[in-house]
Formats: sequence, C-alpha cells, structure tokens
Amino acid sequence: MEFSFIPIILSLKVAFASVIIVTCLSIPIAGLMVKHEFLGKDVIESIITLPLVLPPSVIGFMLLVFFGKNGPMGKLLEQWFQIRIVFTLAGAVIAAAVVSLPLMYQSVKVAMESVDRNLEMAARTLGAGDLRVFFTITLPLAWNGIVAGLVLAFARSLGEFGATLMIAGNIPGKTQTMPLAIYFANDAGDTGQASILVIIMTVFSFMVIYGLNRWGKGSRRDSRREYRGREG
Amino acid sequence: MLKARFQKTLPTFELEVDVSVSDGILVLVGPSGAGKTTILQCVAGLQTPSQGEIKIRGKTIFSSEHGTNIPIRNRRIGYVFQDYALFPHMTVEKNVLYGKPKKRSTANQVFTAVGVLELLKIEHLRNRYPSQISGGEKQRVALARALMTEPELLLLDEPLSALDQDTRSLLQQELLKLQAQWKIPFILVTHDLQEAEMLGDQIIKLDHGKQEVIRKLQIRHN
Repeated sequence: MEFSFIPIILSLKVAFASVIIVTCLSIPIAGLMVKHEFLGKDVIESIITLPLVLPPSVIGFMLLVFFGKNGPMGKLLEQWFQIRIVFTLAGAVIAAAVVSLPLMYQSVKVAMESVDRNLEMAARTLGAGDLRVFFTITLPLAWNGIVAGLVLAFARSLGEFGATLMIAGNIPGKTQTMPLAIYFANDAGDTGQASILVIIMTVFSFMVIYGLNRWGKGSRRDSRREYRGREG
Repeated sequence: MLKARFQKTLPTFELEVDVSVSDGILVLVGPSGAGKTTILQCVAGLQTPSQGEIKIRGKTIFSSEHGTNIPIRNRRIGYVFQDYALFPHMTVEKNVLYGKPKKRSTANQVFTAVGVLELLKIEHLRNRYPSQISGGEKQRVALARALMTEPELLLLDEPLSALDQDTRSLLQQELLKLQAQWKIPFILVTHDLQEAEMLGDQIIKLDHGKQEVIRKLQIRHN
C-alpha cells in the first residue's frame, strides 16, 4: 500500500480545531477560578482535570453516551441543527479537546496565579476596571504559561487515540488520524506506513518538548536579567 | 482634604484609625506589622474597613453606616507601592501613561506625560523597561505614574526603604518639593523615625493598632 498523507492532514486539522476550542475555554475559566471564590469551585476544577487521570476508553464511552444518537446532546444537535458528532471529524475534535483541556487549563491557571497581585492592585489604583486589569496586566504577564499550555495541548490533541477511536471511529480519509493510522497499519501488517508515521510523530513530539524546555530556560534567564550596578 | 475614621479587625489586634490631613505630609510611623499598610489600603479601597467613614474633599468614599464603598478606580487616590509595582512588560513611558485619565479634568500643563517625566527627571528613561533601571529611578517612575492620574491624595507605602542612603536623602528632598508644588496631601508610611521627622508635617505613631500623635500640623520651617 502506498503512503498516504491524509492521516497527517486530518490530525493537524483536529489538533488546530481542538487547540482553538481549548484556548477559548481555558483562559476565561482559569481567569474566573483564580480571581473568585465560589461554591462548587473545587467540583468544577476536579471535573476539568478528570480527563487527565481517566483512561481514554472511559472518556470515549462517556462522550459516546453524551453525543450518541440517543444521548442528550447528540439528540439535540441532530434534531435542531442536523449535526452528527459520532463517526465524524467533529467527534475527533471534541475527544481531543476534552483530553487536552486539563493540560492547557493547569498551565494557564498556574501562570495567572503567579502574576504578582501587587501589579494588579497597582493597575486598579490607576483607574483600571476588572477587564482592563485582566487584558493589560494578568494576560500579558501569564503569556509564557499560556503559550506552554498551547503547545502541550496541541501535542496532546495530535496524539489522542483511545477516545477518538470510540467516538469518531476509524474511517480512512474521514476520521483516521495519525495515531489511528499507525495502529491499524501495524495491525494489517503494513509496517512501512506505520514506521513513517511513527517517525513523524516522534520527531514532532521531541521538537515540541525540546523547544518548550529551551524556551523555558530562555525566559527564566530574561526575568533574571535584573538591573545591577549604577546605584553602587 | 482627607478625613478618615475607621476600625479594621486584623488577626491579632483591632486597628483604630482617626486621621485627617488637609495639606502637607502626614507620616505614619511604626514597626512592621503595626497596621500602617492596612491603613493605606483601606483608604485606597484595596481593603475594606470593618466599620467607619472615609471622606475626601467632603465626598464620602466609604461609609459602613450608609453602605457606601466607592470602587478603587473612582477614588482618585494615587498609590505608590512599597516595591514600586511597576509593570515589567511595559516601558517607563507606558507605565506612566497607564493611569492617564481619558478626559482632562484640569488644563494643567504638568499633567502631560512630558511634564511629569521632566518634573521627576526621568525623561531619558522613557523607552527603558523597569528591569533596566535602578531602584531610585524605579521610585521616580512609580511617583510619576501615580501623579499622572491627577490624584486628590497620594499614598506612599515605605517609598524609600529599599534605597541606599544617598538616593534616599535626595528623594526625601524631592518629595518635599513635589508636595509643595503639587499641593495635594500625601500620606507616607515608614518605619524610620528619622525619616518621619524629616518629612512629616504631621506624624502619627502606630503600635498594635493604637495611634499616638507625635507632631501636630504646623508650618514647616525650611
């Protein structure tokens, strides 16, 4: 069988869509969680983090129940918008988003928590309201953490296998992403196709981790570059 | 003109405040943990007093009795933080301009960015980042930033404690000059009695929430 690029393209599509969803969700949620105390906060936080520890098959099963033909959300989407989630690329995006949300969320939350509260207070005394403080102080100063979360979420989305298989299935050219293609190529004895995809995924993941580490070191050095001398 | 009379329950003691300042510099002096910063934060609106009343120019900004608590951003109070709290991701100029009111309330020329930067002698630093300037310069930037908001009252939390002796005496002189020029009351917090004597038109000593007047308002001789 000749090599097909389609799984790579599908994987990239899924990963990009998932990262957009995850970014749009995690930044406002983390912003609220860091700034406010409310009843049930710990419960919400635990639910967001749950996919990090649950086996992908459990997540896949839950998504299937929720978005399936007779599931609460699946029924609604089908009747109102004629949208099907199960066995479509949208299903793969949802699976990827659910498993990568905790990574992004944790990263953004830690970054926002580490922003000096004094700076936010200073902005308030200078006449800034909550939104202005968030967009001009908190967000830019948490930027490193946000980018790190973004990259991790992208890599995790790209590698999502179990939940994707359950909700999106393995339809070549439609929902067969890279990890699925590797599994089924190997299963069918096509080690050539499998090895090429394995190399691509490994090299890419290595570059992500390596890049993040390097970049992390660089920004730590930047923040240490404090002014010295002159006063002495 | 500030009139503040309030109580604030702190973990280890009850803070009782009764201060009034119309012009000049009111210095709050006392050891660490005496509640000095808490007083400033209550006046600025960063903390809420347990009960009492705070008025600026006759306008009530906090009253437990009437349930008034004007948001920080509408109080028109400048605040200089102990560690300066300059925004590290903005240049000196952007820092100074952060709190500039959109609508100019007075036609005072000094309130232009150039005016304030010149007044504090930091014009040459406008494109630098806070990490690239010295402690004394940071202090000037923090002052410029607070003044840019055209405040009716300026609060300074240990503004000179992190500076070396020379920079410190220089800035003490400049604070006195600045206050005379600006003609708004300053409230300055310090743990250094000598500094209090040097700067204060009124001095109040704080210990465990109780206040003791050391110097009453009088005309400064210099």
